[in-house]
Amino acid sequence: MDGEKDWGENHRTLVHDQMKKKYRSRIIIDKLVSIFAIVCLIAAIVPLGSILLEVIKNGAGVLSFEFLTSPQGSIISGNGGIGPAIQGTIIVVGLASLIATPVGVLAGIYLSEFAGIGLFPSAVRFLNDMLTGLPSIVIGIVGYVTIVIAIGSFSVWAGALALSIIMIPIVVRVTEETLKIVPHSIREGGYALGISKARITMSIVLTTAKSGVLTGIVLGIARIAGETAPLIMTILGTSLFFSSLNGPVDALPLRIWRFASLPYEHSHAFGWGAALILILMVLGLNVGLRMLAYRKGFEIRTEA
Amino acid sequence: MEGLVREQGREIGRPVEAIENYKVVIKDVNGWFGAKQALKNINLNIKEKTVAAFIGPSGCGKTTLIRCLNRMHEMTPGARVEGQVLVDGEDIYDKSIDPVVVKRRVGMVFQKPNPFPTMSIFDNVAAGLKLNGIKDKKLISEVVEEGLKGAALWDEVKNELDKPGMSLSGGQQQRLCIARALAMQPEVLLMDEPTSALDPIASSKIEELVRSLKEHVTIIIVTHNMQQAARISDYTAFMYLGEMIEYGPTNQIFKSPNKELTERYISGIFG
Repeated sequence: MDGEKDWGENHRTLVHDQMKKKYRSRIIIDKLVSIFAIVCLIAAIVPLGSILLEVIKNGAGVLSFEFLTSPQGSIISGNGGIGPAIQGTIIVVGLASLIATPVGVLAGIYLSEFAGIGLFPSAVRFLNDMLTGLPSIVIGIVGYVTIVIAIGSFSVWAGALALSIIMIPIVVRVTEETLKIVPHSIREGGYALGISKARITMSIVLTTAKSGVLTGIVLGIARIAGETAPLIMTILGTSLFFSSLNGPVDALPLRIWRFASLPYEHSHAFGWGAALILILMVLGLNVGLRMLAYRKGFEIRTEA
Repeated sequence: MEGLVREQGREIGRPVEAIENYKVVIKDVNGWFGAKQALKNINLNIKEKTVAAFIGPSGCGKTTLIRCLNRMHEMTPGARVEGQVLVDGEDIYDKSIDPVVVKRRVGMVFQKPNPFPTMSIFDNVAAGLKLNGIKDKKLISEVVEEGLKGAALWDEVKNELDKPGMSLSGGQQQRLCIARALAMQPEVLLMDEPTSALDPIASSKIEELVRSLKEHVTIIIVTHNMQQAARISDYTAFMYLGEMIEYGPTNQIFKSPNKELTERYISGIFG
């Protein structure tokens, strides 16, 4: 090699001088980027915070035991509450989650652990992404056509099915992505012990990715808890408490929508109250599931 | 080149003693990654309760070869193996053999410690038993204690068995992985550069461990550290570009190798 081209002190002053020249502008750019990031953060938080404040300001006033537990009274007098809607949301969203969680988690496991590369898994992934973007009113129509018309009545089943179709692709995606983050060396450690692939997947990989999968489930539930359009087509909404899985039932988003479209002040206040309850339910679920997962993980650790 | 390989095969692979005297017999093993051949006609016999070291420069196929001995190599997408590997005279590549079951007899320790992240120290060692369906709690806890003692980790962790395996230091984690492998009661233990991610003190503990474990189990170790091979192994195999260049007692390989290539590698001229 040419002696002058060897690394030495040939370029040291040059390199350091040029870096020094850029130093001031680098500091300014650094500051500007930080400020820009903070402004964007505020821009994102302000609407969220103002929505929450507005909902609390307008909705907290109507909260009472009667509001939470009784069915809607006379529209004009404005008494009663949203009991059936809370009950209906719990039933329909609960049922939908019970359908969507195993299907979504298992499909995610398939895509991450068993599918490998090929046309079929790529097609599944593509269709799954399509399903994520499908307008929820279309899914409502599917529920309407397949179940409501078939059994001749708006029903809890139809609503749960429609909501589960919305939730499944979210859970599939998050499960697949989370499992893929689990290092391959962990799986190899399992293989080296002569453990079957199914067992490694369920007992080692899935438990390692537990919190991520759970986040996916919570995200899915939060999404469907606020859906309105598919419920109009499937459970219809009613001012009565739940009677049968084959009959109509109420739900919070439907109730909010109905309250909002009435011309009375007290109806609007009830709508705000119902919105506040919906937000609190999703928040409570989020925190509750996380705490449960944390405690369960802890139990598994101390059990043996 | 092929002729040369075959000739070496005759020299080192054909049994001087009867095959029953060997724990592991590698016969005409070829291995591929896709179209790239990583192992070329490997023949090698390993005696029971000895330590055999595979040495050679990076990319020579030593890790691929060790991964052929518990049927781990073929799990890499696109990888395949031809030939026979006999453990106690039984071909682990025979069609009637379940590759999952092979791994229960032939344990493996990896380059980087890989304890199961959500499990306690106890559960890490018990995992192989529990997840293979053993429910006898007394047996499990006895085997876990034995495994941790075998891996020289017991004294350090006996009071904190319920702590996460990940809370241990790197060297302790590697010994935890050895304990986990020992709990399966393997007849052969494969170690793929088990000290390359560890500091010298942790490494010397593992080396000490290898020397004491060979009274009970046949150990095959891959190492890029020639001094380590010289210190702990009874037999050494030198590999280069996918071929087994020379195999013999460690003393002989390091003091008077038969092949020029081996001598050049050992004396540090290349590699």
